[in-house]
Amino acid sequence: MHLLETKDLGIVFGGLQALNELHMVIDDGEIVGLIGPNGAGKTTVFNLLTGVYVPSGGAIRLEGNSIIGKKPYQINRIGIARTFQNIRLFKNMTVADNIKVAMNQNMKYKILTAMFRLPGCWRQEREVDKKARELLRIFDMEDTADQMAANLPYGQQRKLEILRALASKPKLLLLDEPAAGMNPTETRDLMETIRDIRGRFNVAILLIEHDMSLVMNVCERLYVLDYGTLIAEGSPDKIRKNEKVIAAYLGC
Amino acid sequence: MGGTKKSIGVSYIINTTLVVLLFFVLLIFINTGVIGRYNTQVLTLVCINIILAVSLNLVTGVLGQLVLGHAGFMLVGAYASALFTKNIGLPLSISFPISLLLGGLLAALFGVVIGIPALRLRGDYLAIITLGFGEIIRVVSYNLEITNGAKALSGIKSLSNRQNPSPMFIYAFLIAVFIIVILFTFGRSRHGRAVISIREDEIASESMGINTIYYKLFVFVFAAFIAGVAGGIFAHNYGTIDPAKFDFNRSVEILIMVVLGGMGSITGSIISAGSLTILSEKLRDFSQYRMILYSVILIIVMLFRPSGLLGRYEISVPKILRYIKKRSSNKKVPPEAREE
Repeated sequence: MHLLETKDLGIVFGGLQALNELHMVIDDGEIVGLIGPNGAGKTTVFNLLTGVYVPSGGAIRLEGNSIIGKKPYQINRIGIARTFQNIRLFKNMTVADNIKVAMNQNMKYKILTAMFRLPGCWRQEREVDKKARELLRIFDMEDTADQMAANLPYGQQRKLEILRALASKPKLLLLDEPAAGMNPTETRDLMETIRDIRGRFNVAILLIEHDMSLVMNVCERLYVLDYGTLIAEGSPDKIRKNEKVIAAYLGC
Repeated sequence: MGGTKKSIGVSYIINTTLVVLLFFVLLIFINTGVIGRYNTQVLTLVCINIILAVSLNLVTGVLGQLVLGHAGFMLVGAYASALFTKNIGLPLSISFPISLLLGGLLAALFGVVIGIPALRLRGDYLAIITLGFGEIIRVVSYNLEITNGAKALSGIKSLSNRQNPSPMFIYAFLIAVFIIVILFTFGRSRHGRAVISIREDEIASESMGINTIYYKLFVFVFAAFIAGVAGGIFAHNYGTIDPAKFDFNRSVEILIMVVLGGMGSITGSIISAGSLTILSEKLRDFSQYRMILYSVILIIVMLFRPSGLLGRYEISVPKILRYIKKRSSNKKVPPEAREE
């Protein structure tokens, strides 16, 4: 059984077929890339997988169970977490609190327990605070825990978004252009980080990226979209030589 | 919940002592007549407005949803509790607390009915719907038999009288303190974080596993409940209520308190609700200029402190004490010496 499987997945916006019969499988612990020219429908795929859009047709199965019709928060709880193309942090919350929001789903105490600060509230809050700081240590960001997220430099904001997604304990992590706006050194760091995350958290990663050096180095398999249709799939080497892919990118 | 266990414990003790001290000082002044009956009523009104402001702050400041009909919930609570105590025939000391609960629950019910359709959507629909609700409920109560229409519902008994001037104040003060405490602890729990994350970015919040509709609805209904309770105290504090007391201007007045104090800051709401209430009562002789004064204050604050007096920060005596302590200890040890 595959971790994630989509069959004939498609969505229509008005008269526009934004995505057409997408077949995609991702197995445990794989790093898979989703590439294609601008407007090819890559982010649409993410929005379908996370329940932001409801597909017009087809199936999405996570570990064999259909996730169509589930709300975004339900899909996150059963194991798909994402980052966003334009960073969406909780800017006026501290770095630690950003992570704690994602850990909320694994905390149990009720609203009344919180209002009267019963022992359960204290205990769980201490635990979650410890866990959040441990998670920050992975990216050497434990010093920033009590800063406002808005005050972090750009690169650390990207990292925090990845950490926040990981805090919800996903089986599949979706990264939407993680290297956007990074310089070559930062991008190289990011490659290491992505491999490291896969090993440490035992997650599969699906990433959208335009930086070809990152895609070709990190991803084990690639899917290429153009005008909402899958035009190629396979190993980076195979994709590099694929004529359809070259044509789509160069426009001839 | 930043800070060590010990410092939190110390803060608890300091805050509790101060609140208890304030309560008994005011109580003694009221009972000995230093604070007259009129001023006691004003103090009670201060507590009522604080309750209203912190509850609206929960929705508008913490959750980030604009509400323009908070007085509507107050109206529901006021009429429900006044009619209950007038008609039930129990002694007021028993029926009054029950009536407050009843007023709150009825207001919460209205909150559910208008909250469900409005909060399932993203965006500012809640502002429009609550604006409509506030006007509709006012016009309806003008025309109903049971509310006595525009003739005003009068003869609502108060617990306070000439011999014993303090009970209404005690109720209002204790309820205000209780609500402030639970809103504060709520805001600093996992649930509070979830609510703040909705204000910051609803899409991200939902994709991080937060059931946004549930939290939005809970917060809105809870605020409606509190406003209903405040309405109940209000009705029994004045003895006479008519729908005009709960019009759109009243909603705006509460909103101004929240904005002025800083959206999201409970202590900010308390300070601005207290000072604006006292100010407007003391300026009763110039009541036609009151709104002008309000707008001038608001413009000045928005010019110099766009995020309100306190912004999103909370102010507290222990915090100030720590700050003073830190500054004085810094002075004692010059920075050069500390580095070595």
